Parts: sequence; structure tokens; C-alpha cells
Amino acid sequence: MAGDPENSSSVPGVPGRLRTSGGMGRPSRPPIPSVVEMIAARKRFGDVEALKGVDLTIRAGEVVAMLGPNGAGKTTSISLMLGVRKPTSGEVRLFGLDPNDRRARSRCGVMLQEAGVPSVLTVRELVDLFRAYYPAPIPARDAIAIAGLEEKANSTAGTLSGGERKRLYFALAICGDPEALFLDEPSVGLDVEARRAMLATVRALAARGKTILLTTHYLEEADQLAERIVVIDRGVVIADTTPRDIKASVPSKRISFTAEPPLAEAIFKDLPVTILELSSRRVRLLSNEPERVLQTLFERGLTMRDLEVSGADLEEAFVSLTSGREPRR
Amino acid sequence: MTPAAVAPLGRMLLAQTMAHLRIRWRIPAFSVTITALPILFFSFFGLPFASYTFPDGRSVGAHLIASFGAYGVGSVMVYAFGIGVANERATKMDLQMRVTPLPPLVDLFAKMLTALVFGLASLLALIAFGVTVGGVHQPVSVWATIVLRLLAGSVPFIGLGFTIGYVFGPNTAPAMANLVYLPLSFASGLFMPVDDLPRFVRLLSPYLPNYHYAQLAWSAVGARTESVGVSLLWLAAYTALFLTLALIAYRREERRNFE
Repeated sequence: MAGDPENSSSVPGVPGRLRTSGGMGRPSRPPIPSVVEMIAARKRFGDVEALKGVDLTIRAGEVVAMLGPNGAGKTTSISLMLGVRKPTSGEVRLFGLDPNDRRARSRCGVMLQEAGVPSVLTVRELVDLFRAYYPAPIPARDAIAIAGLEEKANSTAGTLSGGERKRLYFALAICGDPEALFLDEPSVGLDVEARRAMLATVRALAARGKTILLTTHYLEEADQLAERIVVIDRGVVIADTTPRDIKASVPSKRISFTAEPPLAEAIFKDLPVTILELSSRRVRLLSNEPERVLQTLFERGLTMRDLEVSGADLEEAFVSLTSGREPRR
Repeated sequence: MTPAAVAPLGRMLLAQTMAHLRIRWRIPAFSVTITALPILFFSFFGLPFASYTFPDGRSVGAHLIASFGAYGVGSVMVYAFGIGVANERATKMDLQMRVTPLPPLVDLFAKMLTALVFGLASLLALIAFGVTVGGVHQPVSVWATIVLRLLAGSVPFIGLGFTIGYVFGPNTAPAMANLVYLPLSFASGLFMPVDDLPRFVRLLSPYLPNYHYAQLAWSAVGARTESVGVSLLWLAAYTALFLTLALIAYRREERRNFE
């Protein structure tokens, strides 16, 4: 078989225990039907291989967050799952069918980041239009209310703010009462209040048994919503596990300081750090144990200025998850 | 758990057609232009001669209504599909549609129905204007023949519109539609008789799609320049040509965005 089914558990510093749910095993008679199945799916755009053999199974009722930096392959994965794009090799199935099969599509609600709607139609007209695409839609009024757009029901899409537009797309995704929801970066562009409302709604839908796949940049968001996190980087699934395991495996703190005199890398020997930057005198590190690291550095006679310890953001955390793999583009 | 696996196609088609009708209607650049321009052109080029007759006794007014009717319906097809498709691509509406259960063919039919409705509206407005203001009188059966023939024969212009829509962006598509469609109409004798056109254009006219399209309407008001069968053959050939071009442009787009 093409692809490398083992690479998903070969995360440096993250042993194979990281695979707890879903993932690789494809039992011949799955007890719960699969909504999405990607088998050694590869996708090449010209010279760039956006997906390098992804195996992923999402079962009915699961809430899965796909996490990864920009350009990691999240949107490409969703495109393959929904049949917008075809895999270069491998196989993708949606509800056990070809993703372009209308029966499969009719069970999915989709919110894409970059998709558009006619700007001259009103919110209500658009929701009614999309309801007509589905066999058993919910009332338009309900879809609009769930998305929190009652006051904008008669406004045309072109007059909506960025956040309202996002909520419109959410209304369009849910109005067909689909079994599975695909939400590409659902909270990007929302203000704090709207984001909280969106997360609460997604949670409520999950509680009603909907299968949900969402992509996000935010570990917090994934943690709040999902019971399973799939980390994807440079077209490869590098972790597929619970939020708890991810958080434990990702360095949570960033240490930065200015060193006097400039440092050699040797001083970090045996310390639990990932070096982000070690140029001129500025040093940036990631670690789960900042106290121990700093104490050891002091004991080794290091003098530093401008010390700062803060929470690491996801982009940085990924660097540690992916360190040891080939260098980033 | 299978009440109905998919939504009924009829319901989708109706909803999709209503949506396209609303979209076109609410863009005045389209709705006003396609109904007003044929009437405007008829007023300028046609009203002064509306009551004249050709030497063979045919009404000049009716002939000109046929000409500008052909101009109008063709422009509806070129603009609705050309500018419509260019816009859908630019705003990624095509992507949004692709992730719904809406079959692309239903969307295509909805677009065609919408264009036919606007084509019909454009024709009826022109004929009503010609009858009331221009005093051009023809039996209802003649008007009906013009309407039916022009709507049925408009397919090549859908192909032309699609080609423009898939090749050009939303800013260039309207200009290109004008740049292609207006000269074609002029050179085909829709604005002034072919015999009054410059010599090299006159040589070209009998090979142009608009020329044969207009023949469908001219022969309905008594012109004997070309039989309907010949016109239809020409239009079928142009349909094949334009749809092939549209398909090539569509495939190119498809490869870029959806493969």
C-alpha cells in the first residue's frame, strides 16, 4: 500500500499511545457506521503534495477537531471528504458512498471558509433556497434563530458584516438538518460573544448526536468542543487522540530571554526544551517545565536579561510536535 | 431511517429558478439593460420608419421589431450566462453550490429557465412598445411565432455566454460580452439593413450567428432571404462551436479548482 501508515504515530516525543480513538483500525464490520473514510489519500497540486497519504475514519456521532497550521492540509482534507476535489491516489468515502453522491451530500451540512453566496439575496431567501436542497430541512425560522440572525433575516447577504456573514453560512450548513456537519474554521472572524454562542451551538448539536468535523487554529477551541483531535501538518496526520493527550504532549510555555554572552546550543543539553530561536543573543524556547529549565540554566552559570515566560501559541507548539521531521518549507 | 434520501428535484429546480430570477432582477445593470436597450434602439433606429413598407409590401416596423427582438433575446443569454458565471466564479458561489446536494444540471436548467423568462419579458416589452407607440400591427400569430422562434433559437448564445463567463473575470466579462455581441449584431444587420453596411462587413454577415438567428424572426414577418431550416442548421453549428469552447474553458476551470 502506498503511504506510510506508521508515520502517524511516529511523532517525536509523542509515543504511539497517542492513538486512542478512531484512526487506523478498520474493523471489517464496524459497530458504528463511518461518516468519513480516508484511506491513504494523497493530493498533489502541481509540484506540491498537499496530502501525503492520510488515513482517517470518522464515525457517526464523533466530534472531531482537525488542528494544524495554515497550509497543513486541513482544507484540502475537507475538500476531498466532500468531493470538491479528487484524491490523486487513495480513496475517500462519505457515508460509505462516493463523496459526490447526492445521497451522501444530502446528509452533510457544510460551512467553508472561502465559499460565497449571491450578495443580493436576503438571509431568509438564502436559507429557504438551501432548505430546498435537503430532504428534511428544519423551519427557516429555526435555522435563522440558531445562527442568531433574526434581526438580519431580511437583510441581503451583501450588507452583512463579516461575523454576520459567518453566521449566515452556519445557518446554511444546519438548515437541512444534516447528520454530519463540516465546519471549516467556524469561529474565525467572530467577536468574543458570537464565538461563544457559536461554540455553544456546536456543542448542543453534538449533544443531539450530530457528527461534527471542524478545523481550527485554536487548541483551546478544539479542546472545548471535541473529544478527538487530529493534528495535521505538512499533509500528514501526526497525532490523532484526545485533547488531554495533545495538551500533555505539547509544550505549553514559551521562554524567551536575551543571553549575555551569546550561547552555544550545548547549554540546553538534557533539558526538556524545543529551541525556536537561538540567533545573536535572543533565545526563544518551548517547554512544559519552564521552572526546571530556568533553574538548570542558572545553575549552569547563564546570565540573562528580559526574561519572559508566557503561554505558547499553537503555531509554536506545532514546531515542537513536528521538530525532528524534515525542515519546514 | 430512510424517509427520503434526497430532496425532490422539482422542488430544487423551482427554488433555484426563483433564486436566479431574484438575483438577475435585483441587478439593474442586467434587468434594466436587457429590457430597456432593445426598446431604446428601436426608438432611435426604428420609430422613424415604423410605418413604412418595403417594396414587397412587408412592414418595416415589424421587421425592425424582429431585429431588435433578436438582439434583445441574444443579449439576455450572453449577459445572463457570461456575467452570471463570471460572478459565481469570482465570489466562490460555485464552490458553495458544490458542497450542497444540488445537482449541477438542476442549476443549469434553473439558469436557462431564468434566461428564458427574461428573454420573454424583453420581447414582450419590445412588442408592446412597437404596437402601442410605433403603431406596428401584425396578427398575434406572427408575434407568437417571433417569440417562440427567438426563444428556441437562443441556445448558441448560451454557449457564447458560458465561454465568456468561464474565460473572463467579473470585471472584464461585461466588457467582453459587449465587445463580442454588439459588433456581431451590427454586422448581422440587426441595427441597419445588411445592404447598408460597409462592403467587407456585408461579405461577412451571412456567416455570423446573429444573422441566422435574426432570420428566424425576419422570416416570421415575411422576409424570404433564408428558409427556417437553413437558419436552424447554422445555429446548430454555432451551438456546437460555442458549447465546445465553453466546455474547454469549463474543463480548464474545473482542473484548476475542483480536481
